[in-house]
Amino acid sequence: MIEIKKLHKSYPIGKDKLHVLKGIDLHIKEGEFVSIMGSSGSGKSTLLNIVGLLDEHDEGEYYLNGQLIDNLNEKKAAILRNKFLGFVFQSFNLISYKTALENVALPLYYKGMARKERLKIAMEYLEKVELGPWANHLPNELSGGQKQRVAIARALVTQPKVVLADEPTGALDSTTTDNVMDLLRDINNEGMTVFVITHEEEVAEQTKRVVRLKDGVIISDELTKTKTI
Amino acid sequence: MFDIDRWREIFQSISKNKLRSVMSGFTVAFAILLFTLLFGVVTGLSNSFSDAFADDAQNFMSVRVWRTSKPFKGLQTGRRIQLKNKDFDFVKEEYDSNIQHLTARINKNVNISYKNKQDNYSLQAVHPDHQFLEKTIIDEGRYINNRDLIEKAKVIVIGRLVKQDLFGELPAIGKRVNVSGISYQVVGVFSDEGGDNEERKTFMPVTTAQMIYGNNDNLSQIVIGYDPKLSLDEAIAFGNKMERDLRKKLDIHPDDQSALSIQNMAEANKGVGTFVIALYFIVIFIGSGTLIAGIIGISNIMIFVIKERTKEFGIRKALGAQPSSIVGMVVQESVLITTIAGYIGLSLGTYILSLESLNKTLAEYFIKDPSVSPSIIIGATVTLIVSGLIAAYVPAKIAAKIKPIVALRAD
Repeated sequence: MIEIKKLHKSYPIGKDKLHVLKGIDLHIKEGEFVSIMGSSGSGKSTLLNIVGLLDEHDEGEYYLNGQLIDNLNEKKAAILRNKFLGFVFQSFNLISYKTALENVALPLYYKGMARKERLKIAMEYLEKVELGPWANHLPNELSGGQKQRVAIARALVTQPKVVLADEPTGALDSTTTDNVMDLLRDINNEGMTVFVITHEEEVAEQTKRVVRLKDGVIISDELTKTKTI
Repeated sequence: MFDIDRWREIFQSISKNKLRSVMSGFTVAFAILLFTLLFGVVTGLSNSFSDAFADDAQNFMSVRVWRTSKPFKGLQTGRRIQLKNKDFDFVKEEYDSNIQHLTARINKNVNISYKNKQDNYSLQAVHPDHQFLEKTIIDEGRYINNRDLIEKAKVIVIGRLVKQDLFGELPAIGKRVNVSGISYQVVGVFSDEGGDNEERKTFMPVTTAQMIYGNNDNLSQIVIGYDPKLSLDEAIAFGNKMERDLRKKLDIHPDDQSALSIQNMAEANKGVGTFVIALYFIVIFIGSGTLIAGIIGISNIMIFVIKERTKEFGIRKALGAQPSSIVGMVVQESVLITTIAGYIGLSLGTYILSLESLNKTLAEYFIKDPSVSPSIIIGATVTLIVSGLIAAYVPAKIAAKIKPIVALRAD
């Protein structure tokens, strides 16, 4: 599903360059539940952004769903994101003036789906995250956990190949963290590839494979022993 | 391309952000309001000017004679100049190509009576073309015609107020009136936009007057309507040439204004025209300045709005929005706001210009019927749409170019 070979990425800082990713090799197959662990500055967010086509890599190869990602323009990247990827962010990133339902339906709007149909599908997904009764509430009327569930519904609504979650529990307390992780596991159990970035050991433990990143290189890549279903 | 979803997005964005929409709309509405008012006032001023000359045709030109003020070829100062039929014929033949209408005029004051009513009126003996030069409007019957001239017919065309004085509400056409002792048949009643004095006049054929009043071929004036195809400069040149030729023909010193002069509407029109053009120029300058200030105001607000929405655009892009859809959304929103606001300004402006009480006050300052023409309205609308486009396009294009990762980080 995701295949990365010798990936390099650096950011210019003044005249110097900050080498963030120093040759990453990673292969994630369809249906995996992977977490990338690392402290801040380890390059894990950069990796996610590149995988999520929100940023471009400098060197190496990246195949998404078998397609080589190279010299994408904004338009092509937008189409690929819409088709293959679903995002869950740490800060939820819901549009504040749209209701939960409209937020969930937005990716379908960019897919070109008719309004009636996309609202119907969005409602199904909201019900899936148990937020049906909150469909017409604005994000600021929801709790943090509810917002993140709306964001997850929004990430799933286009039935993407991969769900990318960037510190999905970073802004949540431990109870809601567990809820969100349960939800992500359920999604994975239905066959979706889930790719989580975190610096919390407890979160990583709940995934099936943990990749540890330090200073831009992978230091370990192992399957978790617990809870195999 | 009508996209109901796009419009829904725009209306949602506008209604959820009322303050900023109203703010950006206000600048444009105000600019257009000022523009409309300025334009209306200048139109009013130019209306006043053209009205001052509305009595006569715009291509009016008349030859007047009096006494000489300079000796010439041994002839003395103070000699009285008299126009004759041969001078009329000379003008007719010599300048035929430059003339649209031509008439002679003999001015008299006469006493007219019908039954027991009578009064003094001014009489002008004329050719049929006189109707067009004086902009005489025939209400009933007809004007003097060529047959009257040939037959030296004793017919008279009377002004609306003359008819009212003598006939009241009774019909006048076909009735005979007594003009200083001679009986004439009324063949027409006319009105004139030049005011009451113009409607107290009467007209008869020039040949009839020459036969009855002195049995000579004297004329008081020659009145010409120059070919409207002539430019103002050509018409002025034509008037000057005719003035020189006639002075030469009548043995008048070439510079003797008193003996013979030509009053030329082209000269007056040129002066007024230049003045009005200058006024419009000033208004267009100030008006477009105001509009540009409005556009810059909108641009500023759009830049702020787009900065504020950068994160939202980042989210939209992460969800699959293409850059063109972001630019399109912002531009469409801006055009909508500018157009609506502009129309509010325009309608408010036109409404103010149409206020009765305001117009009465303005009339005292020589501003008559201030208004904006449809072409100006269309022009302003196009300007608005274009300015809305420009105001939003540049900042939106920049915003859409920001990488989603950078946009998402924005706060």
